[in-house]
Amino acid sequence: MVESQDKQIVDILSTVFDPEVPVLNIVEMGIVRGAEIDDSGVVHVALVPTYTGCPAMNAIEVLARKVIREAGYDRCEVHTLYHEVWTTDWMTDEAREKLREYGIAPPRYSGEKSAEPACPYCGSVDTTLTSRFGSTACKSLHFCNGCVQPFEHFKCH
Amino acid sequence: MAMEMVAKISESLDVAHHAQLAEFLTALGDDALILGHRLSEWCGHAPQLEEDIALANIALDEIGRANVLLMYAGQLEGLNRDQDDLAFHRDTVSFRNLLLVEQPNIDFGYTLARQFLYDVYALKLFECMGGSPNPFISGVARKAAKEITYHVRHSRSWVLRLGDGTSESHDRIQAAFDELWTYTDEMFETSESIHALIEAGIIPDGFLRLRVDWNVFVTDTLTEATLVVPDQDQFMRKGGRSGQHSEHLGHILDEMQFLARSHPDASW
Repeated sequence: MVESQDKQIVDILSTVFDPEVPVLNIVEMGIVRGAEIDDSGVVHVALVPTYTGCPAMNAIEVLARKVIREAGYDRCEVHTLYHEVWTTDWMTDEAREKLREYGIAPPRYSGEKSAEPACPYCGSVDTTLTSRFGSTACKSLHFCNGCVQPFEHFKCH
Repeated sequence: MAMEMVAKISESLDVAHHAQLAEFLTALGDDALILGHRLSEWCGHAPQLEEDIALANIALDEIGRANVLLMYAGQLEGLNRDQDDLAFHRDTVSFRNLLLVEQPNIDFGYTLARQFLYDVYALKLFECMGGSPNPFISGVARKAAKEITYHVRHSRSWVLRLGDGTSESHDRIQAAFDELWTYTDEMFETSESIHALIEAGIIPDGFLRLRVDWNVFVTDTLTEATLVVPDQDQFMRKGGRSGQHSEHLGHILDEMQFLARSHPDASW
């Protein structure tokens, strides 16, 4: 969900993929909150970390600067907004579908009733939580009793 | 819009009582930094793989929060120190963290008991700070409260499991709570600075009710876990908020600051 945008800049930024969830770009993740060019030609990009301590933030900042520069803009400032509260509700439906195809159960919307996530492989809802913490801060571990496989779930946040 | 958001940060830095606010945020940042470092000692040593990952994840959240709080504290104090300067180039007497968070891990139950006492405090504290009229503070606090909600769920579930578990796990976590309890009074200490910040409306006055909220939550959980809530009226250890620490902090800093101090300004 980009609140202020220069479409061209947003398109450039959508070539940057989240290093930890490489199937989603940073625009689909909802972490690009602003992208614009000011009067003196400087490109400003505003990013919101998913979790305060997300270790991918630094890589994302570097990659964002790199693609903007490669697109021919010499001056680019990336602002990381730690006080903006990111939520998985900013993820598009398309992004959720991509997650599922990749093997990660997508987050529910925050208004939806809380339930165990459906298995991204077989669709079974007979799943069990293994651990609230997974391979990254944004995911939890689950087990599908239908196809007897472990899977990860992108936590509703 | 993006630029407006950025402008809002510098605006929220221009506040009255900035020295007091810097002091307050340093204390909260130090809590997160030291506890995060303590928890990270479990990495590769936890009793099961899922737990290893969970503790490392929580440690990461704590360090992330320390990063933001100390960054903001550094900007407010105006001494040209960033979060790394504050984390790596201060000595024990300048740290303002609670004595609770610097206590050694001892065993898994002790670690989770310490974590639970802190998590409930941090959750109530940041929920309260989420109501600050300062947009930066309220934003950082709301984000922190969201993350700490997961931590509380986790530490609470272990308190229930170990307390209401075998007689061995029950006795050990009870002993942990009995000892750690003497460090909890310090969480609710107020100082002149805090009162000034409350009066100025920067800290919501709900801050003064933290002890009550904390007590209700902790008492409910301990009771459900068949544990005895330790006596409130007993000798309480204090001093962390004024820089008088236990010997344990020095040892943590030794390890944590060694690299940064041996190779100042190193980058990679």
